[in-house]
Amino acid sequence: MILDGKTPTGPIEKTWDKHRFDMKLVNPANKRKFKILMVGTGLAGGAGAASLGELGYNVEAFCYQDSARRAHSIAAQGGINAAKNYPNDGDSIYRLFYDTIKGGDFRAREADVWRLAQVSNNIIDQCVAQGVPFARDYAGYLDNRSFGGAQVSRTFYARGQTGQQLLLGAYSALTRQVKAGTVKLHPRTEMVDLVVVDGVAKGITVRNLITGQLESHWGDAVVLATGGYVNVFYLSTNAMGCSVTAAWKAAKKGAFFANPCYTQIHPTCIPQHGDKQSKLTLMSESLRNDGRCWVPKKKADCDKAPADIPEEDRDYYLERKYPSFGNLAPRDIASRAAKEQCDDERGVGPGKRGVYLDYQTSIDRVGEDTIRERYGNLFEMYEKITAEDAYKRPMRIYPAPHYSMGGLWVDYNCMSNVPGLFVLGEANFSVHGANRLGASALMQGLADGYFVIPNTIANYLAGITPGTVKEDHAEFKKSIEEVDASVNKMLNINGKKTVSELHRELGSVMWEDVGMARSDASLKNALKRIPEIRDEFWNNCNVTGEAGELNQQLENAGRLADFLEFAEVFAKDALHREESCGGHFRTEHQTDDGEAMRDDENFAYVGAWEFKGVGKEPELHKEPLKFENVKLAVRSYK
Amino acid sequence: MNLTLHVWRQKGPQDKGKLETYPAKGVSEDQSFLEMLDDVNEELIKSGKDPIAFDHDCREGICGMCSQVINGKPHGGQERTTVCQLHMREFNDGDELFIEPWRARAFPIHKDLIVDRTALEMVMQAGGYTSCHTGGVADGNALLIPKPVADYAMDAAECIGCGACVASCPNSSAMLYTSAKVSQLAVLPQGKGEAKARVKEMTDAMQNEGFGNCTNHYECQEACPKGISVKFIAKLNREYMKSMA
Repeated sequence: MILDGKTPTGPIEKTWDKHRFDMKLVNPANKRKFKILMVGTGLAGGAGAASLGELGYNVEAFCYQDSARRAHSIAAQGGINAAKNYPNDGDSIYRLFYDTIKGGDFRAREADVWRLAQVSNNIIDQCVAQGVPFARDYAGYLDNRSFGGAQVSRTFYARGQTGQQLLLGAYSALTRQVKAGTVKLHPRTEMVDLVVVDGVAKGITVRNLITGQLESHWGDAVVLATGGYVNVFYLSTNAMGCSVTAAWKAAKKGAFFANPCYTQIHPTCIPQHGDKQSKLTLMSESLRNDGRCWVPKKKADCDKAPADIPEEDRDYYLERKYPSFGNLAPRDIASRAAKEQCDDERGVGPGKRGVYLDYQTSIDRVGEDTIRERYGNLFEMYEKITAEDAYKRPMRIYPAPHYSMGGLWVDYNCMSNVPGLFVLGEANFSVHGANRLGASALMQGLADGYFVIPNTIANYLAGITPGTVKEDHAEFKKSIEEVDASVNKMLNINGKKTVSELHRELGSVMWEDVGMARSDASLKNALKRIPEIRDEFWNNCNVTGEAGELNQQLENAGRLADFLEFAEVFAKDALHREESCGGHFRTEHQTDDGEAMRDDENFAYVGAWEFKGVGKEPELHKEPLKFENVKLAVRSYK
Repeated sequence: MNLTLHVWRQKGPQDKGKLETYPAKGVSEDQSFLEMLDDVNEELIKSGKDPIAFDHDCREGICGMCSQVINGKPHGGQERTTVCQLHMREFNDGDELFIEPWRARAFPIHKDLIVDRTALEMVMQAGGYTSCHTGGVADGNALLIPKPVADYAMDAAECIGCGACVASCPNSSAMLYTSAKVSQLAVLPQGKGEAKARVKEMTDAMQNEGFGNCTNHYECQEACPKGISVKFIAKLNREYMKSMA
């Protein structure tokens, strides 16, 4: 099937305005008759639920955490982009649009990215109105910093906790609606199935994580804002509870999963310390504003203290390879460059999987106090984990799985191919193409939540009758029975391995074979190993406790079961995409100096996979990508 | 290193609960405290016992989910550190650790180390926001907020809502938590309009939810993993007085 993204036509700068006018509206008095289910309360979900509640819809919001304030958006550090051009350095909506398309290696839809760039300015205004304490100068004006992949300063920030402050802004707006009664919150509740009636999304099945009870919830529309799936690698920068479950349950009910192989490996993370580690910690990319990446030129120097390695024996590899962007090269490029140095046996630290990020030049230039002001909390975090003082000794960093550009396929209205099912933020595939630029995730989450979904959902709701399907429909009962059977099956495996042992096994296969560099052989190995681990899970896992109680092992087992099915589609997507682009690097497709080689003739499309059953071949659907405003070019940061 | 853990085990809110003793063997000093507990849980599962339930999520000190009292100190007592950021190099071979949940009337126990913090949500719902709605707001630079004011607001806004302040307070007061939001919004021009109603309603909610009053022990500031200062409690009191005028 050739998919249609239903993007508006005409001059790109008019597309969103024209589309907003063309869409149908729901009369203010009728809005309260519609019930919308919002799953996830991060930036996209929190902002969306609050905005839809303000409009007068009847909203129910769900999150697995004990409060809507804890979604993993909160961990984003560096900042949020907007095309305000406050610094007068040549920024514009067009430039933000262009940088995002190019940064994504020409694998995103033009109109979606244009809209993102256009509403980026509204987001900053909205957050300021909520009381988000963005960094300001002494006169009181908003301050900006630079980020990877851009040559203008367009990133707004709140110390090293921008995600936290933006999420608390969205949370405050959501909280206000909860008090007003337009939004009902269901914390400690996990979506475990999508309910589809006659091909249309009409509700969800959830598990109450305190009592273990399964519950049905009907809705006239279901909106998933459930984040990304990089915990499929086991070790990642995501929170422990982040999973593919909600998105995968939707995929199993017919929603197409687009570009799963586009995952972002973030260059500035604290290296792994041992095999008992449970997660990896990211440090903001903003660190690369003032830090310089290097490794020793000679292998023999790798064990020396960094201070003992003289300047002429250091290889500032990013500055050498990419003189015009230097240490601010985009994430995919910086990550691969770090891997190359370590593969060349010039890595540092335990296991030699690390490179230095050095502040000495900046400390000499602006002083330690200024560096402390800019990154104090990050240095503190680094010291807590490594017991090293980065003011005195360069940090050690290494890439780690961080973000998924792929996600459920959606059209321009953020609606999936299942009518009534909308997908926002990291959970959809829409704007980042094959690589996301720094400070763009917060921008997308809030754009989708505050400014896109409140408009586009009306166009769908205006065409349906509210409340036609309720919890007494047979599909709800069937869904509960299926989930219940799956839960009981897991609890009765009574095997020998624990859930986390099997998750580690999956993660190690994914990291080695489907990680930063992928080959035909490695992907075929992964496709052999994943079903084996899945079989072992269903035959030899030990899931303790009972269904009707607070049972964290059961929660983790359910998420792992979904990762074990999803991982196969992920690897298949990577195998079929015979090109290198953005975060997807196939070793067969590279230039002589190791840069990614895209194949626009054969692969300038979105690959959306239709689930056909566990272990069965999924079906690929394509949405061709047309570039009318940006010229396809080799992405160069040299 | 090898440690002995005494962990609070409680099946549900009605259960009485008690401390159970478990060994933690072969602990690496590079492990985080929660990774050490993960290992203890793996051993419990393998010996057919129910693993210890505890709240955690981001494991990088920002989500506010983790909540354990270690040897009488919320989050273990290291300066500006959540449980998930606590590393085993802070402990010694042979140490005995007592691990308990947050204890406060307003935080009923769900299971083991997991408590119900809905009461904190209710305080925020009472007024922890500015009443702006999406769209139709002024340009971000239309309101000038000089750096010292923005910094003051940010110092307060760093609160992660974990509840360590409540757990550390002999009165189980939520004054530090409440004052942080009241102070942030009271100094910003966006929040000033509603400042009087906000402080009144959030303080009332705090009392209604079963939190005690502040009697200046300053344990909260000591326990706060984000270093929120008790000066905000003074600010809360001033704002409250102003609201009565």
